[in-house]
Amino acid sequence: MSGQAAPVRSDLARRLRSGETSALPITALLVVIWIVFQALNGAFLSSDNLVNLTQQSAAAGVVALGVVLTLHLGQIDLSVGAVSGLAAAIVAVGSVTWGWPLALTLLAAVAAGLLVGLLYGVVHTRLGVPTFVFTLAGLLVVGGLQLRVLGDAGSVNLPFESWLVRFCQTAFIPPLASWLIVTAVVLVFALARLRDRARRLGAELAAPSLASVLGRVAALAAVLAGAVAYLGTDRGVGAVFALFVALVALTDLALRRTRWGRFVRAVGGDAEAARRAGVPVRPVLLAVFAACSTLAALGGVLAAGRLAAANQASGAVDVTLTAVAAAVIGGTSMYGGRGSAWSALLGILVIQSISTGLTLLNQDQSVRYVVTGLVLAVAVVVDALQRRAREA
Amino acid sequence: MTATEQAGTSAPTPVLSLRGVSRSFGAARALLDIDLDVYAHEVVAVVGDTGAGKSTLVGVLSGAQQPDEGQVLVDGSPVALADPASARSLGIAAVFQDLALCANLDVVENLFLGQEVVRGSLLDEVAMEKQAWNLLGQLAARVPSVRIPVAGLSSAQRRAVAIARSLLGEPRVILLDEPTASLGLTQVAEFLTLVERLRARGHAVLITSHSLSDLQAVADRIVVLRLGRTNGEFRADHVTYEDLLAAVTGVAR
Repeated sequence: MSGQAAPVRSDLARRLRSGETSALPITALLVVIWIVFQALNGAFLSSDNLVNLTQQSAAAGVVALGVVLTLHLGQIDLSVGAVSGLAAAIVAVGSVTWGWPLALTLLAAVAAGLLVGLLYGVVHTRLGVPTFVFTLAGLLVVGGLQLRVLGDAGSVNLPFESWLVRFCQTAFIPPLASWLIVTAVVLVFALARLRDRARRLGAELAAPSLASVLGRVAALAAVLAGAVAYLGTDRGVGAVFALFVALVALTDLALRRTRWGRFVRAVGGDAEAARRAGVPVRPVLLAVFAACSTLAALGGVLAAGRLAAANQASGAVDVTLTAVAAAVIGGTSMYGGRGSAWSALLGILVIQSISTGLTLLNQDQSVRYVVTGLVLAVAVVVDALQRRAREA
Repeated sequence: MTATEQAGTSAPTPVLSLRGVSRSFGAARALLDIDLDVYAHEVVAVVGDTGAGKSTLVGVLSGAQQPDEGQVLVDGSPVALADPASARSLGIAAVFQDLALCANLDVVENLFLGQEVVRGSLLDEVAMEKQAWNLLGQLAARVPSVRIPVAGLSSAQRRAVAIARSLLGEPRVILLDEPTASLGLTQVAEFLTLVERLRARGHAVLITSHSLSDLQAVADRIVVLRLGRTNGEFRADHVTYEDLLAAVTGVAR
């Protein structure tokens, strides 16, 4: 049991260099961006603006969450935008033009995403086709299907009274419920941490000190309570944003604490070694591509709800680029096997903050593209440097 | 089986044997009529030049390859090793030259990859970490932490992790393919200590190497392969380097 008490400071430096603390630099970046925009325009950190920011992040963030999963395998799905566009078209055309029940069209849209993902998975695992190019082909095919579903009109509006639009636009979690959820989350987190610590001590393993456990619990409580309290001075925490954060938390649990998640990281690190260790590589690949496209479809449905419409521009290339950029900026490695579900949340908040901030400063699309592109470039360089540090 | 029990029986049965095993790849004969026995509490070194058939031998013993002719026996009974999984279930574990570790996963994650311990539907990290320290402790393997990615370990430490992983199912036979190939002198010495630990635990250990001297200090017997045939079997404490060299190269002394 010796040798575990490495000097804390040099250990932190090593972990920073090799990217094991991927959430720390990106959180710092987010804080810097917020401070800069607040200095340039006092309205940026207003609760009204932050509520809008979170609401706008949700749909693209759900798509980014799927991209995070494929990046874990060292793979990529370039058609997530097109799949989200197709899903939006199915929901809008199905419920408005064809008169289907909204829930049924939602199921159909998500099922379409699932099918596309399974197809990618089967083609990749059976034929060994590189996903980079095959999903590019998928982008064109799915994009074509989206245009066909939309038909000649090219745009279908969802009625404002539909529950999907209300869920995505005007549904906010009531204050009391928000506080109950925060309390429950903090309690569960604290109990899990304390029980883990007790078990580790019982097994004579190195365990975090009680102070550091309580510190983490306090930090989580402060972040959640701060967010709920501040957003609560405006409309509160949006239902759609809460759904997104819940999906991220669930994915994080699956990636870190289940056998499936371990398999995903193993296959992303070294597929051959994983196969020889008895990891079912093909089912894992299949499941990840299916999950990615399903999340993309769900993101498309939420985007349609937010916009109260689906049109030919739904799920344009922009959506794919934003999702991939968010995942990488958030700290998930392009090289596979490393990352976190939380990078979808942090990455999309960075991109959305830049976008919102520049809009407040009356800057147009061109500046937004350049700034987001530069941030992405820095993120990729950092990813490559961290990879080098790990292999050195 | 303890030493006293072994002394009580007149002739112990080998844990793993080959009888008349041959294996060809097209016209190339990789193994030709090989007889081999491995006993518990014993380290057998198989040495030979490149292309002598060492890797094919490990392949056949580990179930990764099937012999064209001849039999594999476990405890004296013929068995069919259709794949590595069936070999494992008979208590035969192999550590291949490239180790097959995932560099991005930490030591515990690699040790239990594919055989994770779960509590409910979540991983039981505490149980796995506890057992990881136990295993590594038994092998006297020093790693700075079991929670750092394997990429940050030395090649000797990685090999210790791979060997510890092979011990998870408590196998009776451990096959090590070219374990000293990428090691420095100090690391070879560390590795030999580790092999002695395996023997002390009662495992039968078979190690291949193309170095004649690396394994002599730890092996009980040395079997020389040359062009797919057995070209001499020596007791390690009696044989000279020149004898081995002659057997490996086929040059008459």
